Amino acid sequence: MNAYWQETKRLMFQVLAIWFVFAFLIHAFVNVLNKVVIFGFPLGFWMAAQGSLIVFVVLIFWYARRQNAIDEKYGVAEDE
Amino acid sequence: MSNATTKSPFLANLGKIYTIYTGGFLAFVVFLGILEQLGVPERIIGFLFVGLTLAVYAGIGVLSRTMQVSEYYVAGRAVPAVYNGMATAADWMSGASFLAMAGTLYLLGYDGLAFVVGWTGGYVLVAVLIAPFLRKFGAYTVPDFLAARFGGNLARFIGIIVLLAASFVYVVAQIRGTGLIAERFLDIPYNIGVFVGLAGILFCSMLGGMRAVTWTQVAQYIVLIIAYLVPVVIMSYKFTGVPIPQIMYGQALEQITHLEQTKEVLAGVKPHIQPFTTYNPLNFFALIFCLMLGTASLPHVLMRFFTTPSVRQARYSVGWALFFIFILYVTAPAYAAFVKLEIYQNVLGTALDRLPDWVYVWGAHGKVKICGVAAASVDVVQQACSAKGVSVLDWKNFSIAKDVVVIATPEIAGLPFVITGLVGAGGLAAAMSTADGLLLAMANALSHDIYYRMLDPNAPTGRRLIAARIILIGVAILGATTATVAPPDILKLVAWAFSLAAAGNFPALVLGIWWKRTNPQGAIAGMLAGFGVTLAYLIWTAAPPLGLGNPELFGLKNISAGLFGIPIGFIVMVLVSRMTPPPSPELQALVDEIRTPKGGVVADKG
Repeated sequence: MNAYWQETKRLMFQVLAIWFVFAFLIHAFVNVLNKVVIFGFPLGFWMAAQGSLIVFVVLIFWYARRQNAIDEKYGVAEDE
Repeated sequence: MSNATTKSPFLANLGKIYTIYTGGFLAFVVFLGILEQLGVPERIIGFLFVGLTLAVYAGIGVLSRTMQVSEYYVAGRAVPAVYNGMATAADWMSGASFLAMAGTLYLLGYDGLAFVVGWTGGYVLVAVLIAPFLRKFGAYTVPDFLAARFGGNLARFIGIIVLLAASFVYVVAQIRGTGLIAERFLDIPYNIGVFVGLAGILFCSMLGGMRAVTWTQVAQYIVLIIAYLVPVVIMSYKFTGVPIPQIMYGQALEQITHLEQTKEVLAGVKPHIQPFTTYNPLNFFALIFCLMLGTASLPHVLMRFFTTPSVRQARYSVGWALFFIFILYVTAPAYAAFVKLEIYQNVLGTALDRLPDWVYVWGAHGKVKICGVAAASVDVVQQACSAKGVSVLDWKNFSIAKDVVVIATPEIAGLPFVITGLVGAGGLAAAMSTADGLLLAMANALSHDIYYRMLDPNAPTGRRLIAARIILIGVAILGATTATVAPPDILKLVAWAFSLAAAGNFPALVLGIWWKRTNPQGAIAGMLAGFGVTLAYLIWTAAPPLGLGNPELFGLKNISAGLFGIPIGFIVMVLVSRMTPPPSPELQALVDEIRTPKGGVVADKG
């Protein structure tokens, strides 16, 4: 049980670290990123309008898969 | 596992049912388009659109009626992840998200993206920190969980106060939105429109509670997302030749920037892509922070995740919810860019008597202002402008209300009225689905937490469900009455909901799950401190009559008041918990149980 919770916590901190980067950190560099333009999008603008959002969606699905794998590994998954 | 035995024919055929429904809706839109070409007046088209969609939602509500407690409160915990995701997306995206988000981005440019990032990133916190554990616990409401984890009715009661503070004005705004749309499309007076909208909302929720709301919200999501995408897809095709607005608006951004730098009538305008012109970095990041933590604390959102069949599905369900929200939020900036380009190209710098028709259509509703007056007709505009000595229209003498950017797009793109009607139906779906969720959250807290848990714990099932419905109607009527009598200023309070919810709930939910040492004393002190500080800052800084109008601390706008309240809530919760004895062995065992997915729900099935 203890090992299960340690591993769950580690995954939580990993996810929150990525979340922090794309929720806050990257937008602090918006002016630098805006010098790169792709398809008409300045990269800093694009990160706030689309990039971060895509990362959030993928991040949640990735988390759900990892956490489910941890559940199975320690035999605490629900019987479905 | 619980759903295997109770799987109804409806649940087994969800995919088929909603595919047929979507096809039927599209056929209905085409049918109305043909009617319009045959000369049926716009008013009839609008009436058919709003009337028929309302009838479908009400029909789903009636079909989903139930007399079982767990069906009424948590839809029998049988909603698959994808469908709960759709329902959550509809629950979450309000009339304002649908109608005004693109307009906000039009007005603020880059700085408006704080809302886009803030209202999506919060779901990462929901998925990782909160939702699966609340699902495992098996509460019917968020205050129910707080009571179980923090030793009783005091924590429950504070949770209810936070819930009501965050939800009531929010629901008033939604009811107002339904009234305004009914007024515009059914041509009935606003005060009656409010009660028509309300009747629709009640039909969806009253007979079947959470079960009915779930299946109507899925239906409403389908309508609102189609209605949101169609106009901008066509607009993108017209402007760029490619019907993928989310990718093609990059070109519009380039042209906007070019015009801003070269066109004379745009001299001195705020550049669309330049950061930190409205919010300084402190306010930009504080806003993102408060919106995210608020998202993860709003009871009407969290309670959606009580309805999944398992903890595992609850996790995936958050991902699906964000995916369905993502589709709309990633499109909103495209609306803003295309409409801005149209205005910069074809409105500003154009002779007053040759402005596009849509300017005068919406000017007549007071939504477009030129030279300080509503652009009702060429004469009115010319008079006002010559009085101001304006001969060529520049950006300073033109303004457009933010809630018409989306709804005016069909006319801007030269589309038939049927598309405008479609957008109206979408806005109505967005406002109604959020109102349903909010009303149910409030009524459930009052009926389950106050009536059943605190006042009459021995009430038989039948009486509980009757009480739940009476309270639901009561809250709904109170909301509608407020929407008709309160001044529009009250809508400013909606922006406060996120900070209040975050400061009141977030530390208690997160520490209650992740830090076993959190005890009832600490949690109660922390909730009161966080919520109290936030409320105090809001009242201290808000302009009269809502507040005292004092200067902001560190220039922090009051929409981000949670930046003070949330950390204070955490600190007080930790300190008071440390200074008082650890929680009882029973509470510690409860925490262990909610951390372990295996073993079924913890709360009694009462």
